Amino acid sequence: MKAKLVITPKKAVLDPQGKTVANALEHMGYAGVIGVRVGKYIEIDLAPGTSAAAADKALNEAALRFLSNPVIEDYRLEIVE
Amino acid sequence: MTPTQAMRFAILQFPASNCDQDCVHALRVLGAQAKLVWHKDTSLGEVDAVIVPGGFSYGDALRCGAIARFSPVMQAVSRFADNGGLVLGICNGFQILCEAGLLPGALIRNRDLRFHCEQVFLKTANFETPFTSGIRRDGVPIRIPIAHGEGCYFADAPTLERLQAQHQILWQYCDARGAVTDAANPNGSVLNIAGIANERFNVAGLMPHPDRAVEEILGTEDGRSILNSMVSALESRRAAA
Repeated sequence: MKAKLVITPKKAVLDPQGKTVANALEHMGYAGVIGVRVGKYIEIDLAPGTSAAAADKALNEAALRFLSNPVIEDYRLEIVE
Repeated sequence: MTPTQAMRFAILQFPASNCDQDCVHALRVLGAQAKLVWHKDTSLGEVDAVIVPGGFSYGDALRCGAIARFSPVMQAVSRFADNGGLVLGICNGFQILCEAGLLPGALIRNRDLRFHCEQVFLKTANFETPFTSGIRRDGVPIRIPIAHGEGCYFADAPTLERLQAQHQILWQYCDARGAVTDAANPNGSVLNIAGIANERFNVAGLMPHPDRAVEEILGTEDGRSILNSMVSALESRRAAA
């Protein structure tokens, strides 16, 4: 059982890394790219038999307190078997 | 306790703090007492002020300051701040105080993605605080070094409005003449913000290093006026007590 957490910079926050990657894609000839945001992906291994609901609740809390910074980041949490 | 006793500063020490000794040295140069407090300690001991120093606590894992803020000593710092104690965060210390929620906003990657290690000029935007009262008021900016890769200050629009309305912006990056321009902004901080205070003005943070600017041999002594402001504020408090 795993938890997958995708963290991205909020829209209002500067993302110079995303901008640099977007420019590079354009220079490489990948047409049609109109924006890139670079974030983080965190994979958390959970003990077998963990309740998905309990893990979801606990990790949402951890995501808000620690794993992401709500001032600058959004996150998406997914619990998978 | 007599008013002549030196002010006692606690300098926090996290794994990979690297300006802790600079802070101790700077404060001793200014005649204050300084002692290191290990991040696992749950008490600050008898101190008059706290400095959260620069460095790369926990190797900047996850986000700068994100792990350090959960160190046991930070609960003692929170209580100290709640009771009105003076707390200054420098560089990584500023990042830690923001992560801890003791200061609003956050510090993100410099807009040019580069680490900046250079002297900058700072305009002081509010002189009526324990961190700024002793800074020169003749319009000449102070010169202090920065050394950071993630010093771009960000806060959402309502927070920025509050910071401005309550004069919580203490320092802004400026040019040699004191003009706050985009060219003088080394990292892309909103409103050129280099340092801010909380609403009570007892907690402040800044990316530049006053601790590295107390001796002329290092190029500038302007950091003295920030640290001396704190000492003066503490002396006034002690005299009033």
